[in-house]
Amino acid sequence: MSTLRKAVVVGGNRIPFARANGAYAMTSNQDMLTAALDGLVARFGLQDERIGEAAAGAVLKHSRDFNLTREAVLGSALSPETPAYDVQQACATGLETVLGLADKIKLGRIESAVAGGVDSASDAPIVVSEGLRHAVLELNGAKTVQQKLKALSRLRPKDVTPVAPGTNEPRTGLSMGEHQALTTAQWDISREAQDELALASHRNLADAYGRGFFDDLITPYRGLARDSNLRPDTSMDKLGSLKTVFGRQLGDKATMTAGNSTPLTDGASSVLLASEEWAESRDLPILADVVDGEAAAVDFVHGKDGLLMAPVFAVPRLLGRLGLTFEDIDYFEIHEAFAGTVLCHLAAWEDEEFCRERLGLDGAFGKVDRAKLNVNGSSLAAGHPFAATGGRIVATLAKQLHERGSVGGRPARGLISVCAAGGLGVAAVLEAR
Amino acid sequence: MTDTYTAFVSRGWGRDIAKRLGLPQPVELRRYRPGAPLLPGPALLVGSGPSAEAVASALTEWGVEVRREGAPDGGASRPDDGAKAPKLGAIILMLEGIERPEDLSAPVLAAGQAVRSLAPSGRVVTLSRRASTQDEPAVAAARQGVEGILRSLAKELRAGATGNGILLAEDVTADAPSVIGALRFLLSGRSAFVDGQFLTVGSSAGELPSDPERPLEGKIAVVTGAARGIGAAIARTLARDGAKVVLVDVPAAGESLAKVANEVRGTALQLDITRQDAGERILAHAVGRYGRLDVVVHNAGITRDKLLANMDAARWDSVIAVNLAAQLRINEALLGSDGLGEGLHIVSVSSTSGLAGNRGQTNYAASKAGVVGMVRSTAARLAARGGTANAVAPGFIETEMTARIPFATREVARRLNSLQQGGQPQDVAEAIAFLASDAAAGITGNILRVCGQNLVGQ
Repeated sequence: MSTLRKAVVVGGNRIPFARANGAYAMTSNQDMLTAALDGLVARFGLQDERIGEAAAGAVLKHSRDFNLTREAVLGSALSPETPAYDVQQACATGLETVLGLADKIKLGRIESAVAGGVDSASDAPIVVSEGLRHAVLELNGAKTVQQKLKALSRLRPKDVTPVAPGTNEPRTGLSMGEHQALTTAQWDISREAQDELALASHRNLADAYGRGFFDDLITPYRGLARDSNLRPDTSMDKLGSLKTVFGRQLGDKATMTAGNSTPLTDGASSVLLASEEWAESRDLPILADVVDGEAAAVDFVHGKDGLLMAPVFAVPRLLGRLGLTFEDIDYFEIHEAFAGTVLCHLAAWEDEEFCRERLGLDGAFGKVDRAKLNVNGSSLAAGHPFAATGGRIVATLAKQLHERGSVGGRPARGLISVCAAGGLGVAAVLEAR
Repeated sequence: MTDTYTAFVSRGWGRDIAKRLGLPQPVELRRYRPGAPLLPGPALLVGSGPSAEAVASALTEWGVEVRREGAPDGGASRPDDGAKAPKLGAIILMLEGIERPEDLSAPVLAAGQAVRSLAPSGRVVTLSRRASTQDEPAVAAARQGVEGILRSLAKELRAGATGNGILLAEDVTADAPSVIGALRFLLSGRSAFVDGQFLTVGSSAGELPSDPERPLEGKIAVVTGAARGIGAAIARTLARDGAKVVLVDVPAAGESLAKVANEVRGTALQLDITRQDAGERILAHAVGRYGRLDVVVHNAGITRDKLLANMDAARWDSVIAVNLAAQLRINEALLGSDGLGEGLHIVSVSSTSGLAGNRGQTNYAASKAGVVGMVRSTAARLAARGGTANAVAPGFIETEMTARIPFATREVARRLNSLQQGGQPQDVAEAIAFLASDAAAGITGNILRVCGQNLVGQ
């Protein structure tokens, strides 16, 4: 590692996140990603700048968006000579673009990079049924009238119904919420604990807005200036009054509501990464170093671990490699897919038996100081446009670290973890500059 | 925002009807375009002596054909020559030598003879000395008389022609950079909507640009309220003239701010200027990104109109906070900083409402008159370090804001000036760009109206 040069976070830009079918209901992924890029360009004066490489992606993606990031770059104020590629790693997409591009900078292959992600749950692809698809494909290949009629004759009325968008796990057929409901119950996380975490997320996000923290992290879009899911005035009473929506088969033990789960959200984010030389030569700010990252995956298909538990494995591996413990971390950014997800992660790291048997440690990995957790709010309040969340977190944490500066003579340090579909999880460490 | 009436009476049968009925006949004004000639025709220079020679040589250098009053080719004295005699682009009246009221007669009447030969959007510019209490009464009377002449003549001009004057302080000669700079500004299309106004050149400070089309080359400028309207026009104009622009607006206006920033290749700074640390943030951004700060344009402003009898504290206080208190606080931070080099140019946007008053705008007028006081006081403080503080006071300008005024009221408001039309945001921006340039370094504490010589106020 010591032979590599540093990759730094210069800053970020995102559009406010909007609850699905709201402010961005008819807005495409490409439009939102372009807007996020243009705001970044405006903030840092990057007009016509040829960036080393841009990478972004979307989880819910139309087939026409086969070159989504490149098309967004072409539509933006960046130089059209900026190369770009798409990444797709479910909800870890955004964080993975940051880590991949940071590695390229560290290796000296590029000097600058824009990472990002976008998702629209409103403008989601709708596909035709497999029956119709097969019939149309066969029809395309048919040469004679007879063959054509034969292809059409296979069609059944039910084949004509379009298939609505879904994010259910292909191998289990369960939604993410239903998966998490099982894990939440397994780790015995209470409804109250989940609602408290959701409340803290809303309060922290509202406070951050109040002190102008997002003034240079967000550019309004389509009349929306703040995340539309934010409820600054929510309370334990209000959260407590919501009906459970996942894990209903658990009866009284169901704990997950619309308040302690993230809503379907539309939005886009971007992060400007660079080598130190590139940033300095352009008099651009340096907020943080991208220190390291780690991906993990769990076998949720056979029920060995919960679907969203991979970060529990990624984080100890990453910190172990860096010789760090939770004591060395000043800010924890644990993506709030569901309040239960975060609380299960915390519980697992505090569980001696789990840490010994599953993580191969001597004992419990450690306890996360809740005062250091998601201090500027997270997905429960901001919303979670899947691929855009990583960029939101990286830019937010980088700025927070830069404001904090140093802790006890060393740079302030932050840990990010993001869980993702398919039993995936990605973690990263940033350090203040 | 289109002025349909002006378009209608500018050509074809619309023009004939307006003429017969004696209706106002506004014309489309000559506005600055890079590369276009400075004037639409030759300039008639009335006067002689070293000052006239200095002006003549500047005009020649700018590619303007100079005619002297009484010269043999006398295009000016034969107004009925038909198409062959080119109309005059400008009449420049050198009056700085007058000592007694009687001295005015000859040059002024000579200029008067040439007025009919003035081309559409032509210019009359007077150069005279500022009257002061130190002058002998007769001298002061003669000098003050010039203001009456010019303001009246400006009202007599037609077809987009304007009349403006340059006032010289005691020690300033006509070859001072800011005199020549002001002359060029007033002759050019940059001053299209400036009419009946005087610019006072107080010192010989300043420097003419090496490229007159890039007077702000390499300058770092901050514009507040830059997301739309006049602020966006200011950002575009400063960038066109060569400046790197930092565009400031409230975070909620960030979307259009980013668009304008990308268009002018500047940087967007989302910031509420009423924050206590707004000045420090602006300075940190400019110095951090660009190494210094040369120009600050205080444009951000709001209106919360109500008759005073119905005014509440929220309306009153928010207008004062944004339009005046924020500017004061930002200036304080800038002047208190060591990071600034010499020669900071501050330009504030005032309003004719602040000078003449406007029904329903006691709060707004308080803030905009307050800007005038602030500018004059700040000018004195900046003088020691070679900086300037000036204000422009727009009259009726065609913006989204004025487009919301009810039709009839808007139509009347548009015609209540010598040019019989509303100004464009660009007109305000051009005046600001001039005052922000080093060519205007000898001009400070001025309030320049951009109002087409509105019938109310000065």
